[in-house]
Amino acid sequence: MAMTMTQKILAQKAGKSSVAAGELVECNLDLVFGNDITGPVAIGEFYKMGATKVFDANKVALVPDHFTPNKDIAAAGLAKTTREFARKMGVIYFEVGQVGVEHALLPEKGLIKPGDAVIGADSHTCTHGALGAFATGVGSTDMAAGMATGTAWFKIPEAIKVTITGKKQKYVSGKDIILHLIGILGVDGARYRSLEFCGDIGQLTMDDRFTMSNMAIEAGGKNGIFPVDEVTLEYIAAHGGNKGVAFTADPDAEYVREVVIDLSEVPLTVAFPHLPENARTVAEAEKMKIAIDQVVIGSCTNGRIDDMRAAAAVLKGRKVADFVRCIIFPATQAIWKQCVDEGLMNIFIDAGAAVSTPTCGPCLGGHMGILAEGEKCVSTTNRNFVGRMGHVTSEIYLASPVVAAASAVAGYICGPDSLE
Amino acid sequence: MKCKGFAHKYGDHIDTDVIIPARVLNNPDPAALAAHCMEDIDKDFVKRVKDGDIMVGGLNFGCGSSREHAPISIKAAGISCVIAENFARIFFRNAINIGLPVLECPEAAKEAAMGDEIEVDLDSGAIHNITKDKHYVAAAFPPFMQKIITAGGLVEYIKNKREG
Repeated sequence: MAMTMTQKILAQKAGKSSVAAGELVECNLDLVFGNDITGPVAIGEFYKMGATKVFDANKVALVPDHFTPNKDIAAAGLAKTTREFARKMGVIYFEVGQVGVEHALLPEKGLIKPGDAVIGADSHTCTHGALGAFATGVGSTDMAAGMATGTAWFKIPEAIKVTITGKKQKYVSGKDIILHLIGILGVDGARYRSLEFCGDIGQLTMDDRFTMSNMAIEAGGKNGIFPVDEVTLEYIAAHGGNKGVAFTADPDAEYVREVVIDLSEVPLTVAFPHLPENARTVAEAEKMKIAIDQVVIGSCTNGRIDDMRAAAAVLKGRKVADFVRCIIFPATQAIWKQCVDEGLMNIFIDAGAAVSTPTCGPCLGGHMGILAEGEKCVSTTNRNFVGRMGHVTSEIYLASPVVAAASAVAGYICGPDSLE
Repeated sequence: MKCKGFAHKYGDHIDTDVIIPARVLNNPDPAALAAHCMEDIDKDFVKRVKDGDIMVGGLNFGCGSSREHAPISIKAAGISCVIAENFARIFFRNAINIGLPVLECPEAAKEAAMGDEIEVDLDSGAIHNITKDKHYVAAAFPPFMQKIITAGGLVEYIKNKREG
């Protein structure tokens, strides 16, 4: 039976020669992970299940990235619970100083390889599909069961085929492409389905792909997966990873929907409040002269080195507008160091931007950049829901690092070509 | 098992950030979470809700974050079950795992109004909107999921399996 990439991985992990959409299977897992918010709940459920040890300490990771460095006493308690469990079980763990945003950190450490089946107690676990793995977000109880048994049950998803054609325009990145796609699909257009990217993907860097897979969940997707190519293998070799198994879709695999994205027609894109599907062109937003209070550049969506370089290219020799806060979050310590080595840090500081240690903080309204009543923020993060980054009347405009940096300089939403 | 209570009705794409905002996730105690459930879109929900009440949503209920704190807060607030046109997949899975009944029934969800009295038979999926005197049947769970529900959630299911 013809299968998609996702279906092939799940079939293999379930020990079956083939599977069909809608079928329920139990799969062996290659990695189970969680963070300092979802982890402590999972740890509690783990013990309630009667479990005493994890199925494989090398396949369980705890990444305290959300409220760290500890934002308050209660959050410090969650981090402590996470740390103590990691120490006791001997699982993979990253302390503040080594920790980064989980979906940037785990691939960087070579912990995810093509063909893997991965669950993470964080909805943006779908990021890892960029490496040709099946990766999906789950809740804490599923994480607990995964830690205890090394398995999880899945419904084999139907698939949406997203074919990339054409050539990317100047300044356009993975963020614009995925916001454009979510604009087409809607926030539930891929509900329960896999997004299977294919076509002319060679022009997309690994960081473009991570951004695109990352936001599959914002279309409701179960996962978002790329085929493995030279770009993938180069990334894996550079990060000390294992090249794993590259699955390819059968030519006659079934798709419930096919979307062709002609990159020559994808403009700089911004998602207006309060849903990621509210995609508009930056050109359109620019005409509205939307004054902003804050810019956030970072997160599991756009905190990687390509993103830092793109922001720096715009900020170089320029200043953040008066009364605008521009906060930059390199997603991992390695990216932070790279920013120093490449001189990006000087550019950020000279421009008047604040640079933070890696944390998910502001993206989810945790800490390090909360919005006040009525404030507007251009953010390279992934969600612009009501109250996501602070006060319920605040507004979030999702965009790429280039657009975020340009908007920081102008003080209103715009693209880099509009700067003097 | 039957649930009976008054409906708390919401729209489409109710996300987990509005169900339970991240600013209160530093305390995962169910009662503490319940005190903030829905507050960003319905400040009065926690004052109004009574044990056994039913939450009703539109399309894609529970979209967004994987935080299990969302169904936990709804359950701890006293809600006996959630009826929606359909659910976001992580929320749906989390709700089943923690033993919060969730029913997909587009007609019942669309036609229910805030404050309607509703009775649900969780075994048959029968939904009775008493106020409107209308009957509906929700989509049945696959047998495997029914086993988790019968066990009372994934923890009990795994526990039973381990003790086998």
